Amino acid sequence: MIADKKNIDLIDSSGNKAAKAITVENIVKTYTVKKTVVDALKGISFAVEKGEIFGIIGPDGAGKTSLFRILTTLLLADSGKATVDGYDVVKDYKAIRNRVGYMPGKFSLYQDLSIQENLEFFATIFNTSIEENYDMIKEIYQQIEPFKTRKAGQLSGGMKQKLALCCALIHKPSVLFLDEPTTGVDAVSRKEFWEMLHQLKLQGITILVSTPYMDEAGLCDRVALIQKGVILSINTPKGITGEFGKPLWSVKANEMFHLMNSIKADPEVESCYPFGQYHHVVFKSQENVKEKLERIAREGNYTGFEVHAIEPNIEDCFMALMNTHNP
Amino acid sequence: MENSNKNNSVTNSSPIKDGSKVITAKELTKRFGDFTAVDKISFEVEKGEIFGFLGANGAGKTTAMRMLCGLSMPTSGSATVAGYDVYNQNELIKKNIGYMSQKFSLYEDLTIRENIKLYAGIYGLSDARIKEKTAQLLEELHMQGEEKTLVRALPLGWKQKLAFSIAIVHDPAIVFLDEPTGGVDPITRREFWTLIYQASEKGITVFVTTHYMDEAEYCNRVSIMVDGRMDALDSPANLMKTYSAKSMDDVFLQLARKAVRVE
Amino acid sequence: MGIRTTNKENMYRSPLGAGGNQFLIFVKKECLHIWRDKRTLFILIVMPVVQILLYGFALTNEVKNAKIAIFDQSRDEATMVISDRIAASRYFDLIKNVHSYKDVEATFREGKIRLAVVFPLGFRNDLLHTNHAQIQLIADATDPNTANMLTNYATAIINDYQQSITQNQQLPYSIKTQVRMLYNPELKGAYSFVPGVMALVLMLVCAMMTSISIVREKEIGTMEVILVSPLKPFRIIIAKTIPYLMVSMLNIASILLLSVYVLDVPIAGSLGLLIAESVLFTITSLSVGILISNTAKTQQNAQFTSLMSLFLPTLLFSGFLFPVENMPLPLQVISNIVPAKWYYIIVKSVMIKGLGFTAIWKETLILMGMTMVLLGISIKNFKIRLA
Repeated sequence: MIADKKNIDLIDSSGNKAAKAITVENIVKTYTVKKTVVDALKGISFAVEKGEIFGIIGPDGAGKTSLFRILTTLLLADSGKATVDGYDVVKDYKAIRNRVGYMPGKFSLYQDLSIQENLEFFATIFNTSIEENYDMIKEIYQQIEPFKTRKAGQLSGGMKQKLALCCALIHKPSVLFLDEPTTGVDAVSRKEFWEMLHQLKLQGITILVSTPYMDEAGLCDRVALIQKGVILSINTPKGITGEFGKPLWSVKANEMFHLMNSIKADPEVESCYPFGQYHHVVFKSQENVKEKLERIAREGNYTGFEVHAIEPNIEDCFMALMNTHNP
Repeated sequence: MENSNKNNSVTNSSPIKDGSKVITAKELTKRFGDFTAVDKISFEVEKGEIFGFLGANGAGKTTAMRMLCGLSMPTSGSATVAGYDVYNQNELIKKNIGYMSQKFSLYEDLTIRENIKLYAGIYGLSDARIKEKTAQLLEELHMQGEEKTLVRALPLGWKQKLAFSIAIVHDPAIVFLDEPTGGVDPITRREFWTLIYQASEKGITVFVTTHYMDEAEYCNRVSIMVDGRMDALDSPANLMKTYSAKSMDDVFLQLARKAVRVE
Repeated sequence: MGIRTTNKENMYRSPLGAGGNQFLIFVKKECLHIWRDKRTLFILIVMPVVQILLYGFALTNEVKNAKIAIFDQSRDEATMVISDRIAASRYFDLIKNVHSYKDVEATFREGKIRLAVVFPLGFRNDLLHTNHAQIQLIADATDPNTANMLTNYATAIINDYQQSITQNQQLPYSIKTQVRMLYNPELKGAYSFVPGVMALVLMLVCAMMTSISIVREKEIGTMEVILVSPLKPFRIIIAKTIPYLMVSMLNIASILLLSVYVLDVPIAGSLGLLIAESVLFTITSLSVGILISNTAKTQQNAQFTSLMSLFLPTLLFSGFLFPVENMPLPLQVISNIVPAKWYYIIVKSVMIKGLGFTAIWKETLILMGMTMVLLGISIKNFKIRLA
């Protein structure tokens, strides 16, 4: 605790290369919806280094959007402190508004304006022009430039996303906030989008990005897994899977659904979740686990049975963490 | 009209037997003016099968699904769903299918019980049957004691599960799921898939679209649409073998990247 | 790369000072929204024209064969002649002779007649001996124009008779027609319609369209980005309202042109004053629109709120359909907070009665006060943050 405190003081006073792009300390946010109080954020803390791609990974209702709105000064937290680029989100909201780029979750641009008109509008309200910061968006904009007179409403999902990113980047923000940019977008566009983010990282922009897709965690430098307003873990993707702690087994048979029921029925089994064509199984104690699984398969007459020891992925970790947090 | 004759012999009530085809589509096509949204797709789905229906945005999934649900008239080709012809028996099709979309059709301002009763009533279940079904459904979902809760107050995962159970409250031959699991946590997502497996065990065919590629792997067979065509159709394992891919994600990317048209 | 290279000096120096450029592009964007939504634009421009024209036609329509009743208490030679002449006219269709005031009223209530002619006892006697006689014309004024026309026709017939008997006499006989309008004694109609349409159109265009356009940006998520931009909230509001102010001015122009050249309703007072007052009322309506947008969450929500809280009160309480003086006291009090009431009084005074500013300074002041308060509240409540 003491070490942490010291660290933060040091950042505040110096503002040198050690300074963080984003700091969040004990942020609490509650809403009252129809007389019931909803805890959106239950005192979360983290820090994002400059030039990092930091992922906020969690399902709907985890508090991701509230967090983004607090950091982009659109919402006031009930308590806690947060800074963006060294500025306080409450006191210095004007300074922050000048230096961040923001793509809200449901952001859909002006459907009746063309690509160029949309971009020109956002450039101008951020006090700049397309020409002035053309370098910044060049890589992305070139892909949609051939269609620049087309209305945003007539673009495909992937193209819309590229335009939205251009609009968020046009004023050379130092920190980019992307709230669920890949939700509802097909796998091809999602992949392209992440490639663009890695290009941007090379230009030194700090990126805070949220997503409900666990498989995107691996594309971030560091991630925070968040669930019901609580951060379950903060680490590099490798670090998170390294924290899993228990051997993980992947099993397969031709009768997958029955196999799962049989495995779950075994009192020795801690968890069994379907994962694509396999089930991922964790045991409470680790002796002779492989034999136990093979016995289950034999007793149930399962055909085509396979069992492998595997490395956990982020989703395995997320579910394990969910279980320890809400047993 | 010719194409509808073939199956007329089996169009009386409950025409589907075990191992028989719940969906057959032959060169099914839908054109809007010059634009061919769905281009001669042919496939069959068996009773109790979990059938994944993938494709990039704009590949023609929604249009194809609408035709199969009897909501949109094909331009050419033939198809039967639950044994009924999509051209002239769409009322019978609607009675024998369930449908759940991402924006579930639950009424937020009604309670759980009221929602169940409403949909059971819409599908013409008798009062006794509704009562029985309601009790069974609440038990399966572990929602006993919550039946008077407004749907609005439920967590997203609960709503999803409830919406699915309601979509099959009338024991349809087939249930269409249009991106049913967006945004929920991984555990709830798996609980949801458990429900899908249970339905499939009961003999209900599940026809599902999803953006999650790992979910595609839960399906017995997966089809991938590209530019209105059905470019791939096989079990996930075979698809990965055919395309020498490590995951369904890879398979999908290889196929979808060939797409030339934009939405 | 296909990007225009504009002169940077021009891009950043704006006559409006710092941020002027941001402001202008916002106004331009709003205009594009309006321009590209052709259907709404069409309705905005054509709606007032249609309303005015419809009414114009309703005004010039002749009434024929209106059903009437006669209550003749005198039953003398004179009343018979007049009755015959009225019944013979192509305007009237005598369907009943009634025998008491009660009967008259009952027949009106049943909706059987639009006009009743009442001769008092001893009509001929009065006419011959005192040279003065009276006829009462009772009209159903729920439709004020028809009522007005019918009494005019009837009066003309009676005047005709009066002249025909006066010709042979040295002393002029005079028959006084006493007109009684049932249900709407003030006979608000023709001239009151133009100011009424003006109030309605301005309220609708400004308040409803502004609130919808602000709420739409909330819905599609662009409002979040704009709030995060350095653009000041005050400028956002003003930029949002300017295009609708322009549309309103266009509407005022079209309404005034039509009413002068098509409906023959002249502008009796000063045109400058009329326009100035209209601008004032437009600003009032715009601030109401901003106020609605602060609370509305969806476009439908904004539309519904605008209709219920603006359209109906404007229709009911501004006084152009139903005279405020005849309403129960509580409603009269309520009518005072409806801005359209004051604007309606102002337009009627300037346009119809030809009065100057001295006659309407009080109403103008009230409207100004309302505008200041509304604008103050709406700008103060326009959130620099979300929820």
